[in-house]
Amino acid sequence: MALDAFAPWEDPTAKPLIQFQNVTKRFGDFTAIDTLNIDIFEREFFALLGPSGCGKTTMMRMLAGFETPTEGSILLAGQDIAPVPPNKRAVNMMFQSYALFPHLSIWENIAFGLRRDRLPKDQIAARVEEMLRLTRLEKFASRKPHQISGGQRQRVALARSLAKAPKLLLLDEPLGALDKKLRQETQFELMDIQEKTGTTFVIVTHDQEEAMTVASRVAVMDHGQIIQVATPDVIYEAPNSTYVADFIGEVNLITGKADPKGDALHMHWAEAQPAIVGAPLEGAQAGQELHYAIRPEKVSISAEKPTDAANAVQGKVLDIAYLGNISTYHVELAGGQIIKAQAANSRRISRRAFTWEDDVWLSWTATAGVFLER
Amino acid sequence: MRQMSWFNVTSLTLGFAFLYLPMLILMIFSFNESKLVTVWAGFSTKWYVELINNRAFLDAAWVTLKVAFISSTLATVLGTMAAIVMVRAGRFRGRTLFSGMIYAPMVMPEVITGLSLLLLFISLGMDRGVFTIVLAHTTFSMCYVSVVVSSRLVSFDQSLEEAALDLGSTPFEAFRLVTLPIIAPSVVSGWLLAFTLSLDDLVIASFTSGPSATTLPMKIWSSVRLGVSPEINALSTIMILVVAVGVVTASLINKRNVLRQRREEAAAAKLA
Ligand SMILES: Nc1ncnc2c1ncn2[C@@H]1O[C@H](COP(=O)(O)OP(=O)(O)OP(=O)(O)O)[C@@H](O)[C@H]1O
Ligand SMILES: [Mg+2]
Repeated sequence: MALDAFAPWEDPTAKPLIQFQNVTKRFGDFTAIDTLNIDIFEREFFALLGPSGCGKTTMMRMLAGFETPTEGSILLAGQDIAPVPPNKRAVNMMFQSYALFPHLSIWENIAFGLRRDRLPKDQIAARVEEMLRLTRLEKFASRKPHQISGGQRQRVALARSLAKAPKLLLLDEPLGALDKKLRQETQFELMDIQEKTGTTFVIVTHDQEEAMTVASRVAVMDHGQIIQVATPDVIYEAPNSTYVADFIGEVNLITGKADPKGDALHMHWAEAQPAIVGAPLEGAQAGQELHYAIRPEKVSISAEKPTDAANAVQGKVLDIAYLGNISTYHVELAGGQIIKAQAANSRRISRRAFTWEDDVWLSWTATAGVFLER
Repeated sequence: MRQMSWFNVTSLTLGFAFLYLPMLILMIFSFNESKLVTVWAGFSTKWYVELINNRAFLDAAWVTLKVAFISSTLATVLGTMAAIVMVRAGRFRGRTLFSGMIYAPMVMPEVITGLSLLLLFISLGMDRGVFTIVLAHTTFSMCYVSVVVSSRLVSFDQSLEEAALDLGSTPFEAFRLVTLPIIAPSVVSGWLLAFTLSLDDLVIASFTSGPSATTLPMKIWSSVRLGVSPEINALSTIMILVVAVGVVTASLINKRNVLRQRREEAAAAKLA
């Protein structure tokens, strides 16, 4: 990320491609999208993350033109797109349900959009072949959608939406049904397509690893609102709330009372335990309730008390989750709080250093975790 | 299958006898040699030959076919449109009233439908003939088409049409290229149903036709009043066959479609 200078959202003169301005969408008296404001820039790979039912698909459907905002407006390249019908928008969407045409073959499904543009026959054929190759569906070109597997159908839907090489591509969970290897390959293909064509992607995913891999920025949503928009590393390392911290990856959350001490912030959280020391949080008052979030992989586990760590607590191994390359240790502290720590399995499982019921020390540096107000 | 009890067998036999015995007798007697309808005098096809040479019957048959073809086609177009509106419009005030009004002609006594149409045509000063029968038949068979088509549309995945729009087709193209091919079997069976209904109708046609147009059922009805002839039996036999073929085809199309849908869903579930 550091090498990549692409960051138009930090440039105040940059013109966003898409702007949501106070967009609210209600279905009856249910609010699916709640006064949403967001700017998405050209050539971005924008990932929407959030629990089921938080309004991701609704946002996409508004961009594609199938829903109109109840309030507010959506601008595409500075123009309000409300009066533009879906078939006149330079936007293609891959549907969460795929929406493949059951009466057409895979080939015809992919060619559908190209034919609507009245392209010459050979050009259509060439483009369809290209898409089939890209999604490895050459063998299935003449089959009908019900004659292929779920993952293959997902690839057809992807190929169909990519075929027209639109300015803006909306992908609603494009890779969920693919196995891990194919998913990674397709992710790289998508990024490659984006580099080559400069298409702007808005992608919904439930897989945070995917969001981390492909996205230029990630928006974490909840109940129709955007909780945080930032680059993947910021979302992961500096979440703005316990909700975001908890949603992305594994995290230990500890609640306590603030105690600012010079250029460090201390947090008292249990009678018998030392205060947690961390980087200061702007505006934190003494005695204010705070949360501390720290990722399991930033917590070290050792048999002896480390001498130089800013934070060190003692506990007992309660459980070990073996994940192949790493293990997660669930350690119970004296007050009953459970902290997860991850360690790489550099040795064979039979020779690992700690086992159930062992007394261990957990430690982490002052900058490993973050304090959060909410 | 479980052995059927004697009671079930008897009720089944009686029920079917009640339904089909009259037609069967009619069909048998259409091959009767004798001119007397009730006395069997040996097998012959001479009444069919005579029928073919009867100008009045042939004219009536031609009118009937013309009316049935045009009215069922119109009814299919209108009924499909009505079905789409009713299924797509979602909830609005008075929806139940509206859909009730589309289906009401199905339960309306034919005499009333016929009479009200007659009054309408008279007050509009229209000459009654083939055209007015076509209008009348379109009116009452369109609700049957609408019922058949909307039962298919209910399970039609709306996002298919959205996908078509998204890929740049106009709303009309989306309908023609995606929706229509998918619901086509139900449209065809709706058309067949409308066709047979029009072929069958006597009451409404009698009300709305003029001296220039006589349909086959009307012709049969008027000749029967002068006495049943074996010729009528032959004609009725042909009509029964035509209607039966129409109805059976319609239901076969429907059934095959349901089966295919089920098979595809099963295949999809297995693969997914
Ligand atoms: N047409 C509709 N009528 C009423 N409510 C709707 C409609 N469409 C969506 N909703 C509601 O709006 C909310 C947001 O739906 P949406 O489909 O955007 O969720 P999502 O974030 O895409 O969820 P998922 O991850 O499960 O796909 C849901 O609670 C849903 O029930
Ligand atoms: Mg969704």
